Amino acid sequence: MIVVIVNTVLIVSGISGLLALLLVIADMLFANYGECKININGKKELNLKGGSSLLTLLNESGIYLASACGGRGSCGFCKCKITQGGGPLLPTEKPFLNKTEINNQIRLSCQVKVKEDISIEIPEDIFNIRKFKARVTDIKDLTYDIKELTLQLIKPDSIDFKPGQYIQLEAPPYEKSKQPVSRAYSISNAPFEKDFIQLIIRLVPDGLCTTYVFEYLQVNDIVNVTGPFGDFYIRDTQADMLFIAGGSGKAPIKSMLEYLVKNKSRRKMVYMFGAQTKKDLYYTALLEKYEKELLDFTYVPVLSKPTQECEWEGKCGYIPPYFPEYIKDPKNTEAYLCGSPGMIAAVIKGLKENGVPEDKIYYDSFA
Amino acid sequence: MEINAFIIFIAAIFTSNILLTNFLGMCSFLSVSREVESSLGLGLAVFFVMTFTTAINFVVYHFILVPLNIIYLQYIIFIIVIAAFVQLTEMIIERFSPVLYYTLGIFLPLITVNCAILGVSLFLVIRDYNFLQSVLYGAGSGIGWFIAILALAGIRQKVKYNYVPAGLQGAGLSLIITGIMALAFIGFSGIVVIQ
Repeated sequence: MIVVIVNTVLIVSGISGLLALLLVIADMLFANYGECKININGKKELNLKGGSSLLTLLNESGIYLASACGGRGSCGFCKCKITQGGGPLLPTEKPFLNKTEINNQIRLSCQVKVKEDISIEIPEDIFNIRKFKARVTDIKDLTYDIKELTLQLIKPDSIDFKPGQYIQLEAPPYEKSKQPVSRAYSISNAPFEKDFIQLIIRLVPDGLCTTYVFEYLQVNDIVNVTGPFGDFYIRDTQADMLFIAGGSGKAPIKSMLEYLVKNKSRRKMVYMFGAQTKKDLYYTALLEKYEKELLDFTYVPVLSKPTQECEWEGKCGYIPPYFPEYIKDPKNTEAYLCGSPGMIAAVIKGLKENGVPEDKIYYDSFA
Repeated sequence: MEINAFIIFIAAIFTSNILLTNFLGMCSFLSVSREVESSLGLGLAVFFVMTFTTAINFVVYHFILVPLNIIYLQYIIFIIVIAAFVQLTEMIIERFSPVLYYTLGIFLPLITVNCAILGVSLFLVIRDYNFLQSVLYGAGSGIGWFIAILALAGIRQKVKYNYVPAGLQGAGLSLIITGIMALAFIGFSGIVVIQ
């Protein structure tokens, strides 16, 4: 009996082993695609070992296409234009692409296997996106629930960004979260200060990343940030500018203002900041300083719940009713908004009613 | 059993259709028959794999299992051989013919567990076919399976535009259609019977 069992096991494993060996050899012979060239925007060329997905190969070369699902083909973020190579469109990509995208040769980079030389087009900004290691050098309270975080970049040690763009801060696994979580925060310092970044973070009750920053993060800790991302930045025109922010939405606008101060901008600017009470106001001295330094800049804090303090000589209520007072030339006004989705929606409605063209309203909504 | 190999081939397609008389390979038959296009791909893949695995399994059975006196292992060995063959084919097709890969390739992994493929290999042992008979039986069964899924897909595409009572939608109606198709194929049985 034992002999039979041993024989059976030996034979079955022998045959399976043989077939496995055959498959390994075949894998080496057939699945080896050798070196493939990836041509990016006709400017840059990467020589890489073929056989993996385009997304993986780009990531390995330090080019970070957005992806939320890790290459499983379920989020549809990693779109890029493939002008040559890449094979036919796959059924796994179709659900994520519309007709225009298909005609424009847009593909999902996680589904495209690189088996031959391939040419792709991606926005230039993506080259700029890096993963940074940074040291926390300062954590400062701006209000009772808003902190300013200063991060000294270690590796790489400098960042190029446009004022208004954001980075993703990664909170490592800690007591309240078993996995690392990444959240987006706007950079609040000016782009000419390349070796550090500042973030303004407001405590979100039970927020995984903000709780980490408020309760666990210490000066001298090392954190990971990725960026810069986003298309919320100053348009280089001569139009009047209207900045509107709420809560921690001051971050991108502070970066923009510092940039405008540095460049001695002569544009007409108004900054309306919505908060609930006097306690929620911050950077007031700094903004008053900007009022002196800039040719034509007005800072207008508006409090929605000033309680008895409405002896406070500023504006009360919500922002939109004050638009007629501050928008002098609506057709020639660019609006830059940063705040919660609810506030953004209300403000956009108010701006349109006051004649500001929709294509001149730029916003960054924290979802 | 000395039947002309060509007769076996014809019989495997029509009168002894592996799907419609033995009802093997039902799961992929039902799930991939929504559109003619995809059923075409799966049908071709089944035909291809069936033809080759019957040939390989014939050799494995008569030159390995019988001499070593381990016929009782045929189930396991056949399955392993089929799995390895499918894997190998997928690799080769992916490498050399992208077009074929995108029509056949995505269906290949489905076939590893298609019982019609294993069934054909087991039938050739039970019925004691010689090599030529086995290969033609495999090819015939593949074509038969192909025709059956193509017919069902065609019918289901038409059904899609008609009113179907809630209780019959999906697999229910597909099984009834398959049953009627099986009855129709019995009409061929006057020509030749091989089992």
